[in-house]
Amino acid sequence: MHTSLTRIAAALAATTMLAGVANAETIRWARSSDALTLDPHSQNQGNTHTLAHHIYETLVGRDNDGTLTPRLATEWALKEGDDTVWVFKLREGVKFHNGADFTAEDVVYSITRAKSEFSNMKQLHSVVEGVTAVDDYTVEFQMAGPSLIYPNNLTNTFIMDKTWADENDLATVQDFASGASNHSVLNTNGTGPYTLVSREVDVKTVLASNPEWWGEAPAVTGVEYLVIADAQTRISALLSGEVDIVQDVPPQDIERLSSTEGFKVETGPENRFIYFGYKFGEEPLKSSNITDSNPFNNPLVREAMELALDRDAIQKVVMRGQSIPTGIPNPPFVAGWTEELDAYPAPNVERAKELMAEAGYADGFSVTLDTPNNRYVNDEAISTAYVGMLGQIGIQVTLASRPVAEHSPIILANESDFYLLGWGVPTFDSAYVFNDLVHTKTDTHGTYNVGLYVNPELDAKIISLGTESDQAKRDATVADIWATVKADRVLLPVHNQVLAYAMRSGVTLPVQPENQPNMTTVTFE
Amino acid sequence: MTDLPHSPEQPVPAAKTSRWKTFWRSDIVWSYRRSPVTVVASIVAFLLVSMAVFAPLLAPYNPFNPATLNLMDGFTPPNSNSMGGRYFALGTDSQGRDVLSTIMYGSRVSLFVGAMATLFAMVMGVGLGLVAGYVGGIWDAVIMRVADVQLSFPAILIALLIFGVARGIIPPNQQEGAAIWVLILAIGLANWAQFARAVRGATMVERQKDYVAAARILGVNPFIILLRHVLPNVVGPVLVIGTIGLALAIIEEATLSYLGVGVPPTQPSLGTLIRIGQQFLFSGEWWILLFPAITLVLLALSVNLLGDWLRDALNPKLR
Repeated sequence: MHTSLTRIAAALAATTMLAGVANAETIRWARSSDALTLDPHSQNQGNTHTLAHHIYETLVGRDNDGTLTPRLATEWALKEGDDTVWVFKLREGVKFHNGADFTAEDVVYSITRAKSEFSNMKQLHSVVEGVTAVDDYTVEFQMAGPSLIYPNNLTNTFIMDKTWADENDLATVQDFASGASNHSVLNTNGTGPYTLVSREVDVKTVLASNPEWWGEAPAVTGVEYLVIADAQTRISALLSGEVDIVQDVPPQDIERLSSTEGFKVETGPENRFIYFGYKFGEEPLKSSNITDSNPFNNPLVREAMELALDRDAIQKVVMRGQSIPTGIPNPPFVAGWTEELDAYPAPNVERAKELMAEAGYADGFSVTLDTPNNRYVNDEAISTAYVGMLGQIGIQVTLASRPVAEHSPIILANESDFYLLGWGVPTFDSAYVFNDLVHTKTDTHGTYNVGLYVNPELDAKIISLGTESDQAKRDATVADIWATVKADRVLLPVHNQVLAYAMRSGVTLPVQPENQPNMTTVTFE
Repeated sequence: MTDLPHSPEQPVPAAKTSRWKTFWRSDIVWSYRRSPVTVVASIVAFLLVSMAVFAPLLAPYNPFNPATLNLMDGFTPPNSNSMGGRYFALGTDSQGRDVLSTIMYGSRVSLFVGAMATLFAMVMGVGLGLVAGYVGGIWDAVIMRVADVQLSFPAILIALLIFGVARGIIPPNQQEGAAIWVLILAIGLANWAQFARAVRGATMVERQKDYVAAARILGVNPFIILLRHVLPNVVGPVLVIGTIGLALAIIEEATLSYLGVGVPPTQPSLGTLIRIGQQFLFSGEWWILLFPAITLVLLALSVNLLGDWLRDALNPKLR
């Protein structure tokens, strides 16, 4: 059976190779789920940014090895004599897709919009007090205090055309959680390498290269971005020549694809961890049989839950070795990561049961676990496995598995008691994790602190990171915060993801550690 | 349309043995004995149904109790021992669940949903069909036009629509508990029209007959007439549609679960098992998909064959 399948695949591959060469410059690229919106500031979410990076641009970009690179800004520095002001010099001669010139007022508008209500990007700019255009190609950012890492925060904040935005009434960012919409959800006007040709949400988005783009003309001139939720259908589409590049390759198929002639798989560690989150606070859970208290609020229960989690078994069986188990919600790419933090306890069901009894839940309790089923590698299988492990210590879990487009609004509305989520760290700095996942949920911070963890002491330390100018002191505070986050088990990390992109031979898409592949980086042989 | 005996004046057999003999020599049993395909189908269906019903007694493991699972047993091939030393006749899936036990428990879910959905469709369809056929006029027009419109869509589309609407109404933290009932509702609502159509036709025929006229002249309540006089005479086609409908409902449940909108993955039905197994077809773990798929085919096919036989057996024109 195995060999005959391989033979069929090889035959299919051979025929499509011939067909593929003729229009090699159009790349058909498939992944598991779509961008949630095209409004550049509505969702701080990986897939959404990946598509947006093809159309819009940011002031600062990032290389595949993680270093910051000039994009719409050509250079940046702290203002002489005032370390609370960042000065950005803008690229001249850049035009938006509608022909309008890119100038400083567009930057002022976009940053202000990214700081406004409903923006999912605002925590990245919370230390910005004001943005002013000094001249057409110089912008000054006034910070609340010295912010050494601020340029790192700009790699996913896209710049819109102020005039176009005003014409289309875009001052208010799309309120995603409530299902609102605006003109920019389906229409774009960026400065990026590709223009939007057509978009069918959750099906297909077509892009064409932008001849006016300031950068070196990319080899790929047309992009068909296809959403194929089912993993086997996605792989079949690659094998049958319907697509050229597949993201989100299931671990079980890597070996076979690599050994099939005509195809190759590029793998590499991703700057993203997968974790379970739970509800804090005294209020009883919505989905539990315990109606007078919140079991997750008890540190003993959280410890028991960590001891029940067999990370190595998940890595070995569910992920087939394609993951890096971790004990801290912070990938090794990020400043602040240490080996000691990364260590995790060996699973110990007996001890976990003792802890449950000690916490007063000897008979266990019931709860619902919300998991996406098309967002992260084997997300539903990871959750299913953990349901089994928790069952062994008496926690009866009902698994609610949904596509990410349904999962996200439930999570963001704090509706979930217990959930699986993944988190990438595009700033490569710990503060990004703290600001969004650990800080108390407020207008500007804790957007994804949907477990509603509250620790005012920690909040003060987190805020101080934004304006600390002494690097050594800042590092010490970061280490201090991590110690509390780990001790409190604010989140329960499982592993760091390993990325796998599969493609037909002759095409190379290098692995990008933030899983932000860009078709401008594709090369042909 | 049928000649099923229903009148109370039927002579009662004197002894038990002769009653058995009457049954054994009856037309329906005769036609059953004459059809080897039906005999085989009924045996297969009986075995599968008892396997599902008695799963807690028969299954070597309980895959729905997560506490008994060991992830390290995952991907054990059929007829071999896992690393933990446990034996698995049909192997294990990606979560270390015994495939054989999971099929037994999964058929339970599939059969329960199929039977409940068919029952729901039957009660609703028969009720509306009786009203449409007996009352006629505007009631008939409205009910049958709705049925016509619904029959012009594939049942699975209607079920998906109902499922989507139900999910929108139910708050997120109660969706999983309600999932199985939503599934039953969705499949049931998608299938009532077949029953309504058949019952309406039969009712219109019966309505013209003298015994109904007699009952009406006597002043019997129309509701009683429908229930006691008309219903027993239209029950034949309902049984046939119900049996074939059961097979269809099982397939529809599997399709919905395969599409990922059915029961939770921790309590898989046959369709969920096929969806999970399908992920490993390319990587060589064929048993996770193959065995549940065979079970589903056998279950649906045998029930369908029984329905076909019942249709022929109850049709006097074919005898």
